[in-house]
Amino acid sequence: MLKQCEGSHAVAEAVALSRPEVICAYPISPQTHIVEGLGEMVKKGDIKDCEYINVESEFAAMSVAIGSSAAGARTYTATASQGLLFMVEAVYNASGLGLPIVMTVANRAIGAPINIWNDHSDSMSQRDCGWIQIFAETNQEAADLHIQAFKLAEELSLPVMVCMDGFILTHAYERVDMPTQEQVDAFLPPYSPRQILDPAAPVSIGAMVGPEAFSEVRYLAHAKQMQALELIPKISAQFKEIFGRDSGGLVRPYMLEDAETVVIALGSVLGTIKDTIDEMRADGISIGVLGINSFRPFPVSAIRRSLSHAKRIIVLEKSLAVGIGGIVATDVRMALDGLDKRIYTVVAGLGGRNITRSSLHRVFRLAMHDQLEALHFLDLEWSIVNKELDRERTTRRSGPIAENILRDLGQAKSNVG
Amino acid sequence: MFQVRIHGRGGQGVVTGAEMLSIAAFLEGRHAQAFPSFGSERTGAPVVAFCRIADKEIRLREPVMEPDALIIQDATLLAQIDVFAGLSENGYVVLNTNHTLEEMGLAEFAQRFRAERVITVSATDLSLKHVGRNAPNVPMLGAFAAVSGLISLDSVAAAIRDKFSGKVAEGNIAAATEAYNIAKARMEAAHA
Amino acid sequence: MGHQEIKFYQTGTFTVGNRLLPPEQRSVQSDIERTNSLNSGHRACQGCGEALGARYAIDAAMRATNNQLVAVNATGCLEVFSTPYPETSWQIPWIHSLFGNAAAVATGVAAANKVKALKAGKALPETRVIAQGGDGGTTDIGFGCLSGMFERNDDVLYICYDNQAYMNTGVQRSSATPPAARTATTMPVGEHPGNEWGQGKNVPLIAMAHGIPYVATASVSDLRDLEYKVKKAMSMRGARYIHIFVPCPLGWGSASHDTIKLARLAKETGLFPVFEAEYGEVTNVSKIRQKQPVEEYLRLQRRFAHLFGKKPRLDEIERFQHMADQNIRKFGLLGDDKATVGYYGAEHE
Repeated sequence: MLKQCEGSHAVAEAVALSRPEVICAYPISPQTHIVEGLGEMVKKGDIKDCEYINVESEFAAMSVAIGSSAAGARTYTATASQGLLFMVEAVYNASGLGLPIVMTVANRAIGAPINIWNDHSDSMSQRDCGWIQIFAETNQEAADLHIQAFKLAEELSLPVMVCMDGFILTHAYERVDMPTQEQVDAFLPPYSPRQILDPAAPVSIGAMVGPEAFSEVRYLAHAKQMQALELIPKISAQFKEIFGRDSGGLVRPYMLEDAETVVIALGSVLGTIKDTIDEMRADGISIGVLGINSFRPFPVSAIRRSLSHAKRIIVLEKSLAVGIGGIVATDVRMALDGLDKRIYTVVAGLGGRNITRSSLHRVFRLAMHDQLEALHFLDLEWSIVNKELDRERTTRRSGPIAENILRDLGQAKSNVG
Repeated sequence: MFQVRIHGRGGQGVVTGAEMLSIAAFLEGRHAQAFPSFGSERTGAPVVAFCRIADKEIRLREPVMEPDALIIQDATLLAQIDVFAGLSENGYVVLNTNHTLEEMGLAEFAQRFRAERVITVSATDLSLKHVGRNAPNVPMLGAFAAVSGLISLDSVAAAIRDKFSGKVAEGNIAAATEAYNIAKARMEAAHA
Repeated sequence: MGHQEIKFYQTGTFTVGNRLLPPEQRSVQSDIERTNSLNSGHRACQGCGEALGARYAIDAAMRATNNQLVAVNATGCLEVFSTPYPETSWQIPWIHSLFGNAAAVATGVAAANKVKALKAGKALPETRVIAQGGDGGTTDIGFGCLSGMFERNDDVLYICYDNQAYMNTGVQRSSATPPAARTATTMPVGEHPGNEWGQGKNVPLIAMAHGIPYVATASVSDLRDLEYKVKKAMSMRGARYIHIFVPCPLGWGSASHDTIKLARLAKETGLFPVFEAEYGEVTNVSKIRQKQPVEEYLRLQRRFAHLFGKKPRLDEIERFQHMADQNIRKFGLLGDDKATVGYYGAEHE
């Protein structure tokens, strides 16, 4: 049924339709509306036979999820930013144990300085944690991906992180076609665990493994993610059969076939990029975009195939590997190993900075004329950066960087005004 | 695509207003996208929310920088921030105030726009009268429906019922209806 | 020649063993049907108090739950010596996740069990859950999760095996380490030997402050009492906590054969009060049978050897005695004294 609702609400409903059995809730913006919605649904009885637990931290949220998943319950939680970092030890543990927990990450920057707005630093920091990471472009897809995530997680016995842009999606009202319970039930069978804490058949889970077998255990974690590369498109196809729309998959091409210049990005910014590309195409420019839906596993072959005709690639990412540059870009480079293509990294939208069509037009055109530097920071205020660098050169006790910059910005503004 | 920017202060239902506008448009079969400016919203602090309305899927995620319409829920913002930034000469403005544009010192400024598209309405008073609290967002939507002709008053009422129920919903519908009628009358007066 | 009265047993002891007791009073451990939940063949040190405590506690819990039990284990000695794969000693469903999250993982297991019971049309799950960890995993790194489990009153029995330091990592100080004790991070050098005075926390009292249904301390010196408390805990629902005193020969520098003796001395000196509390109020204390001076306890442990060297630290020993005497007063450990500690804010449900 079509409805106009908040992204968080759509996700909460999709999770509810997936018949979760244990939900762990801890507040952190911008994820909070999702677990609030679920709490209400459990209390009202809209979600039956489900334990909703208000835990004391994100670390506890993931730990409770580990316990309930190991005891055979379909388990869900959600977090963002600092919360994801606070639960990291348990995040690795959940994947190491092979527990099919589904977690929403409402993508948000990581401090310091503290920042509640959107970028992808949080989930990117966990790219090697062993979870499958899939990114939603719209609220429709965010809702759909959660239903797919339970199926994917449970078939592989691996946890899945559904990443959606904080605020930009979680707090946006837009049209969502909510599936029916019958559709979801037809798509998603009840959870049948591969391992379970059952007094009738006792097993030890999580005991120590020494050098004699640890590599093999880790390899199998990798092998499962490689299986996911095949399973993700299959699940997406099954989803289309039942729900009648494209959602998920590994990569999402747009105007790609003949594109000399290809932009690569993840998440909701793909929409703004597509609008920009339509405008550039109208000007006769050969440009397209490849959305990456599955970041872990990273679809190396699909990306390589999709980019075979491209001359240059612009990886636009909302994350920064300090000390080297792009995170997505590094993986894309690996996927294109040995091919003769120029690859530009554009770091954009950090801490919620708006990514506008006008800025995208500018960098895409610079790249097309091969005038873009290899690592570009979109809309960076160089004057402010240089002023701080200068201050640090000349003053030992130069003070907190963030405060200095904000003071400089204030000054700059009052000078203009 | 029609783009609306709503300015107000924390506690005035700015974000809810944008959401209701998107629901009203959705109910008329349009695509709509509403989103806030994502601040740490504190009561009294300036808040901005956006709404896009179109006949096809809306993919754009940037903030509304060149609005087709402005809904200004708190006139005290005029002295603080450039609420009119990006508004075209054909744009619409609905301003919540008990004063006239002349009294506000905006008469000259308003002449840049089409007279029947710049309308004041005392939305705060209307919400106090019908709902019993300062919630100008809903009457502003009623006035916006009249001024823009983009959505019907019925759709605004349906959106209100989507968000509220019982007496609160009925009060808000009454406030929106009165604001709609006031705005209609002022548009006709401006035309005349 | 007159009759000599034969004493089969003395009041309050079980020295004669189980044969003379009615079957229902016999210990779980003496029963041929004990479950050996923590089976033999594990790698604990000689004289390990934790291994002994865990064996008794878990078997008692198995009996109390009709063998429908899941155990969650924090990282630590117990986890390490009872595994690794594939040599696990656990004969029950057992999970180890992390050092600091055993209470939360157990909450998750309990939640899953509850949902399964609901789906099967039962009001309460048959399968119960125990979380267990050492003092480090309980009073330090796992404390946040423990407190959260308590305040939500989750249906979990948490058992802390307290050997008063991080033994698994090589005897470092925890918040359960007693003052003046030598550990690898509180070496007796300089003027103030060993661990600082005035630090540490009393987790049984903190547990009581949560107003949870049941809190008890127990000791490997009185294994019948330990079994009784586990059984009692498993007869209740909600958050329960048992803090078991388990000497560690390796970490304490004591003889392996003195584990029980040390545990008994800890109780008989008053240094480790053994009591029960329900909903925040002390309901029962194990009285000191024959009060012992703290020297008797301290002298057997090399971690306190620096108090007894060429220049004995009588001042430090005196502070221990004061601490013991304070416990005796607070908990009413002698004669007919009554406990004066306890949290009286919680209402019985």
